[in-house]
Amino acid sequence: MQIKLQNFTKRFGDTTVIEDMSLSIASGEMIALLGPSGCGKSTTLFAISGIHRIDGGSLHFGDRDVTTLPPQDRPVGVVFQNYALYPHMSVAENIGFPLRVQKLNTAEIKRRVGEMAELVQIGNLLKRRPQQLSGGQQQRVALARALVRKPDVLLLDEPLANLDAKLRLEMRSEIRRLQRETGITAILVTHDQIEAMSMCDRIALMRDGQIEQISTPSEMYERPASHYVAGFLGNPPISFLKAEANGKLMLGAENSLPMPQGVDASGPITLGIRPEHFGPQHQGPTVTGRVSFIEPQGREDLIDVTLPDNQRLRAIVPAGHDFALGQDVNWQVDLSRTHLFNAEGNRL
Amino acid sequence: MNTSIKGNWILILALTLFSAPLVIMYGFQLIDSVSRPAPGGIIPQEWELTNWRFLWEPIDSARPSIWRVTFNTFVFASTTALLVCAFSITAAYALSRLNFPARRFFLAGLIMLHAFPTITLIIAIFIVLQFLGLYDSLMGVILVKAALELPFGIWIMKGFYDSVPWEIEMAGVQDGASRFRVWWELILPQVKPGLSALLIFSFLAGWSEFILPLVLAPGADAQVLATYMNAVIADDTRPDYGLFKAIGMFYALPVIAIYLLFQKRLMNIYGGGTKG
Ligand SMILES: Nc1ncnc2c1ncn2[C@@H]1O[C@H](COP(=O)(O)OP(=O)(O)OP(=O)(O)O)[C@@H](O)[C@H]1O
Ligand SMILES: [Mg+2]
Repeated sequence: MQIKLQNFTKRFGDTTVIEDMSLSIASGEMIALLGPSGCGKSTTLFAISGIHRIDGGSLHFGDRDVTTLPPQDRPVGVVFQNYALYPHMSVAENIGFPLRVQKLNTAEIKRRVGEMAELVQIGNLLKRRPQQLSGGQQQRVALARALVRKPDVLLLDEPLANLDAKLRLEMRSEIRRLQRETGITAILVTHDQIEAMSMCDRIALMRDGQIEQISTPSEMYERPASHYVAGFLGNPPISFLKAEANGKLMLGAENSLPMPQGVDASGPITLGIRPEHFGPQHQGPTVTGRVSFIEPQGREDLIDVTLPDNQRLRAIVPAGHDFALGQDVNWQVDLSRTHLFNAEGNRL
Repeated sequence: MNTSIKGNWILILALTLFSAPLVIMYGFQLIDSVSRPAPGGIIPQEWELTNWRFLWEPIDSARPSIWRVTFNTFVFASTTALLVCAFSITAAYALSRLNFPARRFFLAGLIMLHAFPTITLIIAIFIVLQFLGLYDSLMGVILVKAALELPFGIWIMKGFYDSVPWEIEMAGVQDGASRFRVWWELILPQVKPGLSALLIFSFLAGWSEFILPLVLAPGADAQVLATYMNAVIADDTRPDYGLFKAIGMFYALPVIAIYLLFQKRLMNIYGGGTKG
């Protein structure tokens, strides 16, 4: 089911949280709403689910205008961050609740609950209460309950935030598997970039109630549309350097880099270099500086190089090198993978 | 380790000292009701049940039977409790979850009413009841008592509702259930501990109410145990303290039983945090 949100505006009292946002999601696609806390991800999600009334704009599921439809009538399943299981009901009753509301007969409910439980692999837990389940199992119940109505849209609000690291990995692929198997259109709200990149077809990166960039994970990583996007994605994060463009990129008095191909700029700009594109193992023009920090990570080390004008560049260097703190180095930059941003923060 | 045991001993001693007078009084009330002390003494001389005769025979012809009065008290207390609960669970839900005009005003009013010395209203209530034709009827006292208990009940229940996560409600709505159904089937079960505590609490409040029945329903038909006792002690030419103690015992027994049975649930009432 295609989702089309147009010129969406949401206010809480006097504060406008989201203004004039448009978002279009293809049928069967899984998209991530990624952004820092408070940027309006949940608000957008709950507007699509119908829990929040929208103050402006329209929402279409396919050709159907659902802007004013109450949440009960929207073909939407939601998984909440804290799962919101009904504590006084067994797992089977939890999953069956949406069907009971639809007044299906008991046999049919039982059949579909069983089916759903198999799909999320909790068939043996149907009699338990939510309190008797682990976080991951509760998560599966919440997924089953959201999907049992066979909705056209699945909304997930930080579904993995409450799980430990190992379970998070497991549920990441589990949710993606379910989404693929059911072919449902899904929106995942998260502030974890890894989650967004690994689970979704496209990412909508949000900032202050606006979508800063929407594209596939690799596109967003390789060609960030702005300073903000470049800074948000990547771990360890990208290093930004202030530079002066005048045919070359001047980094203080000592260092300069040639202008990357196809870029035309002059005056003060920002140069973004990801740690994996700087170091002794690369090909390209060099930058000199002094090693100021080394953080061993096992397979590789993170090394900070401080340039003579006191700007810092971070490098990922394979372990087994013999660089030491305070050593002067002259390392290569993979120039074609660097990012240039103008004074407003937009990509050049 | 040592200090905590020592601390506990001091605590226990202090509690014993402070509660001893109460325990002794209750003990003697029980003993006195089934015995006859020596004149001027406190040691029981002979055991007898004459003080409890009110259970099987009218103590004098002018008074209604104890069973009639007990029945009245029960009706009074339980109807009050049911009314308080019915209104509390709905009003508190609205105050906790629904955004309606003047919500702040109602909340503030609730706290004020809760702290208000209601007895100062008794004259006004008297006039209103008279006007409605409910003066000197059990129904009238029930309505008044329930109304006076409501601010407390609503406030308590609001605290319980506030601690139920919003998401449960959202999930229910998203699962297709109406707002009413969500409340009834998903939210109400979460506040059941509060509800049962409130039920017991307001039953006990009704059971022990004295002033309201005394002023608003003085007639024999609407008499409850508290006013009945008052009458026994007040207008006899020669007060019968033995009888009075026995009736007092009889009156207190259900309360003691309820406390013993529902102690845990009553404690719940202090468990629901109240958030503005
Ligand atoms: N019911 C509400 N009333 C008033 N303001 C609200 C309400 N809900 C959200 N907001 C505000 O709207 C903004 C966006 O909130 P939202 O919950 O969408 O953020 P989010 O991106 O989901 O953040 P997080 O990652 O912390 O969940 C925040 O500034 C928040 O304070
Ligand atoms: Mg959120």
